[in-house]
Amino acid sequence: MNTPGPVLRPATSAWSMYRAIVGIGALCALLIVTVYQTTAARIRENQARFLALAVAEVLPAAQSTVAVELSAEGRLAAAGEAPALPVFLGYSADGELVGAVVTAQGMGYQDNIRVLYAYSFELDAIVGFKVLDSKETPGLGDKVEKEPHFIANFERLDATLTPDGNALLNPIVTVKQGEKEEPWQLDGITGATITSEAIGEILNDSANTWAPVLERDSSAFASSEPTEEQ
Amino acid sequence: MLGKEVSTTDEFVKGLWRENPVFVQVLGMCPALAVSNTAINALTMGLATTFVLLMSGICVSALRNFIPREARIVSFICIIASFVTAVDYIIQAISLELSRSLGAFIALIVVNCLILGRAEAFASKNKLTRSVLDALGMGVGFTVALLWIGVVREILGSGSLFGVALFPDGFQTWTVMVLPSGGFFAMAMWLLLVNWLKERQARAEKLTQEATS
Repeated sequence: MNTPGPVLRPATSAWSMYRAIVGIGALCALLIVTVYQTTAARIRENQARFLALAVAEVLPAAQSTVAVELSAEGRLAAAGEAPALPVFLGYSADGELVGAVVTAQGMGYQDNIRVLYAYSFELDAIVGFKVLDSKETPGLGDKVEKEPHFIANFERLDATLTPDGNALLNPIVTVKQGEKEEPWQLDGITGATITSEAIGEILNDSANTWAPVLERDSSAFASSEPTEEQ
Repeated sequence: MLGKEVSTTDEFVKGLWRENPVFVQVLGMCPALAVSNTAINALTMGLATTFVLLMSGICVSALRNFIPREARIVSFICIIASFVTAVDYIIQAISLELSRSLGAFIALIVVNCLILGRAEAFASKNKLTRSVLDALGMGVGFTVALLWIGVVREILGSGSLFGVALFPDGFQTWTVMVLPSGGFFAMAMWLLLVNWLKERQARAEKLTQEATS
C-alpha cells in the first residue's frame, strides 16, 4: 500500500464559508420552527391533561374545577392566562364546593420540586398530595412519591387556622421517621431526609398563604357556576 | 479499517459488535451511565440518539461537498443541535412522563461524542447509503448496549423490568444499582464480559488460522 503524500488543498474562499454556515443555519432554523409549530399544540394538550389527571387524583370528589388566583388586592379572583402555579376550586356534581387544589413549589435536594395538594374545607386539612415535577435522586429522594407511610401523611394533614384566620395554627413540619405525634406533622423518610423536609416546608409556606384566602373568599365562589368540566 | 474495502452490509454490522460504540469505542458514556437506570429510559435514550445519529449522518453526508473544512465543526454541531431540539419536542409531544424521566439528558445528546465522532470520521467522507448504514449500525449498537445496562440495573435496583414487577413482595431491592454508582458497576460487568468474549473469539480465530496454514 502506498503511503499517501501530503494533500495540497486549495484555499477556501470566504464566500463558500459564508454560504455553508449561513445556509446550514437557515435550514436548521426552518427545521426547529417547523417541529415546534407542529408539536406545540400536542405538548400543551399533554400538559393540560397531565395537570387535569393530577387534580382528579388528589381531589377525587371534585367533578368540575374552577381556576382561581390571588388578585392584586389579595382577594380570590378567577384566574387569567395559565398561571405558573395554578390553584383550583373543586365542585361536586351538584355544584357544592368540596375542596381546593393548590400547586406549590420549593427547593428540594437537587432542584425545585413542584407539588399539588388538596385542601378540604370540611376537615381544615390537606387530604391529597402529588409530586408534579422533581429531579430528586432516584431510589432515595424520589421515595416521597412512593413510600406508603409518607403518602399516608396526606390522609388528613391538619391545616387548621388561627382564630383570626390569618395563618396556620400549627406549622406543618416534617419529623424523623416514626416520630409523628401530632396531626400537623409529616412522618419523614430515612434516606430522603432533605426531600421530605422540603415537602414539609413547601406545604407549610403554601398553606400559610392559601388556606386563609381560601377559607375567607371561596364561599363567594361557591354560588358561581363552575366553568371547566373534567 | 483504513485502505480495506468494506462491504456495504459490514458498514451496518460493525456497529453492533466489532466496533460497538459503548463497549468497544467507549463513547457516549454520559448518557450510557446516567439514564440507564431503567430499561425504558435506556431504550428511549438509545432510540433518540439513533434518530439524531441517522438524521445528522444523512445531512452531513449529503452536504459534505458543500461544507468547507474550516467550517465543518460549527456546521456539524448546528445540524446535530437542531435535530436534538426536534427530538426533544417530539418526545414531549409523545409522552410528558417519558420526557420528565429523561430530564436534561435529551438536550445533552448534542454533546454526545459518538454523534459528532461519526459525522466527522465517517459521514463527512462517505456516500449517503454508506453513511446511513453506518449511522443505523452505530445507533442500534448504542441502543442495545444501553438496554443491556438498563435491564441489569432495573432488575437489581428496582426488582422490575419495563416497569413490571418481577419478584414477590419482600424482595430487597439493591438500591445502589439505580443510583449513579450502579451505572459504573453494570457498565464494568458488561465491559468485562464483552472483552472476555472478544479475546476468546480472537484466540479461536488464531488457532483455526494456524491449523489451516
